[in-house]
Amino acid sequence: MASVQYHHPNRNRSKVDPVRILSYLAMAVVVVLIMVPVFWMLSGSLKTNQEILTFPPQWLPRNPQWHNYSDAWNAAPFGRFYLNTIITTAAGTTLELTNAALTAYALAFLRFPAKNLVFILLLAALMIPEQVTIIPNYLTISDILGQNWINTYQGIVLPGASVAVGTFLFRQAFMSLPREVIDAARVDGANHLQLLWQIVLPMAKPVLVTFGLISLVAKWNDYLWPLIVTNQDRMRTLSVGISYLYNPESTVRWGPLMAGTFFVIAPLIVIYLWAQKHIIEGITSGATKS
Amino acid sequence: MQGSTSLTLQNSVSTDQALPVGTSRRKRPPVSEWLLFLLFIAPNFILFGVFSYWPMIQTAYLSGVRWDMISPTKRWVGLDNYRYLWNDDTFRQVLVNSFWFAIGAVGGSLVLGLAIALLLNQKLRFRDFARAAVFMPTLLSGAAIGIVWVYIFDPRYGILAGFLKVLSVNSPSWLGDPTWALPAVIIVYIWKNVGLATVIFLAGLQGIPRDLYEAATVDGAGRLSKFRNVTLPMLSPIMFFVVVTSILSSFQAFDIINVMTRGGPVDATNILVYYIYQQGFVAFNAGRAGAASMVLFVIMLAITLIQLRFSERKVHYG
Repeated sequence: MASVQYHHPNRNRSKVDPVRILSYLAMAVVVVLIMVPVFWMLSGSLKTNQEILTFPPQWLPRNPQWHNYSDAWNAAPFGRFYLNTIITTAAGTTLELTNAALTAYALAFLRFPAKNLVFILLLAALMIPEQVTIIPNYLTISDILGQNWINTYQGIVLPGASVAVGTFLFRQAFMSLPREVIDAARVDGANHLQLLWQIVLPMAKPVLVTFGLISLVAKWNDYLWPLIVTNQDRMRTLSVGISYLYNPESTVRWGPLMAGTFFVIAPLIVIYLWAQKHIIEGITSGATKS
Repeated sequence: MQGSTSLTLQNSVSTDQALPVGTSRRKRPPVSEWLLFLLFIAPNFILFGVFSYWPMIQTAYLSGVRWDMISPTKRWVGLDNYRYLWNDDTFRQVLVNSFWFAIGAVGGSLVLGLAIALLLNQKLRFRDFARAAVFMPTLLSGAAIGIVWVYIFDPRYGILAGFLKVLSVNSPSWLGDPTWALPAVIIVYIWKNVGLATVIFLAGLQGIPRDLYEAATVDGAGRLSKFRNVTLPMLSPIMFFVVVTSILSSFQAFDIINVMTRGGPVDATNILVYYIYQQGFVAFNAGRAGAASMVLFVIMLAITLIQLRFSERKVHYG
């Protein structure tokens, strides 16, 4: 495979470069390999059971079975799954952003004698993976302040509502804002909440958008915790709901099942098409700034 | 989301430079400002306390008891749960599986991610489209995509079997075969995550100064020599970052495995997080689940500390 591009503006333009041809071929192969599963899902979602069970497999359905989508929709309470996922994603993302912004503002602009301790605690939080605490958290949620939060939105959302990575990212962004603007607003008598809301957050909007999108994607796809903390259909999120729709022990009706997986991933594909640049930027910024 | 561990050292170094807003005179900050500080960080840290620090301590405690998660009494058994895991063939296999899963998933994403990044770093038409396509699976629900891959892997009518047929190869029964199940879930994991490594490598490649390549060209270096003597060394910090973060996230993989294989067949794809889930929420054995959680925690902590150590050295001598 070819290595990095070197600029020779006048050379290699007229001649056909074999490395370039190979590169285009390789690029095509990569894109096809990545896209085939998505294509297979879409094509399967429109096939009859007969067509699905034929071998060798057919690329396209002869007669698109659009009713697979309505069958899937009726096979499980997808409307409810959507509602649950939208509520938990919106609440989770909002809380993460709020927590990150407040903590980062305090760390960047307020004086406190034991700030280093706060940093150490944040680092500690970063080092405790969610998977290690699922059992105590399950016990907590099933009996918190005398209440059972299993099958509730707060039970799904709250354990994931605090944030360490986002706090670090926000603080870094806040520290790089022009000092004079903030000082001027302070002189004009703005209090800290006004400063955060009216000056700092609008100026730090890029990092807000990128981290918000990353958080949104993670919450939308979250699986382990919502699986543990819900046991009724009406409280399941899309990811958990679809995994219950697939039961390897019985006959699988692949057509409607593929239509169901489309319900789960379609909203994120739309968001990705719309905000691709921000999402990729946000993901890479953590790596390249280190 | 372990992404920013490497940022933290620089952050804590520069804490003291965080000057307060609007104060030109050097006075002791008023207590009201301390209170405001605490008020601002309170929501975040109360949640950390309730759902992270305290549960971590509880997990450590649970690893020393025998308890079915229902009965009112827990019996303290000391290190018995660890002894059980140490002697348990299933748990040994879980560790071996986790190791191979990490090697396969990280190795695959690293090599393919770098190759694709090098490819797309050239001035090719449609490369933005290719980059967007490669990255897309990263954003899709592992649970949903796992189901799609079960259909792809089906040895009787899946598209992979159809493709292998063209090559006159008989498809193994992937997810039903203990030999092929782990490679199969690794393939899915790589397919889903290679885009992440790719975009990070691409960002790294774009950060390599042009003049290094020009100097190498003047010295008569060929493509391969430039790759070995300029690209690889300049990319090594990012490679390290990608390796560490991918190892950490591979140890956290759950959704794909729970949907595609439920750890089977005969524990062939049972990895640490799945084992914890199984012990806790299927077998209701809080003690063993706690002990396995501690094992996972120690492994991930060790990896993170190695990363911090390394980044620290980079800051000091780099």
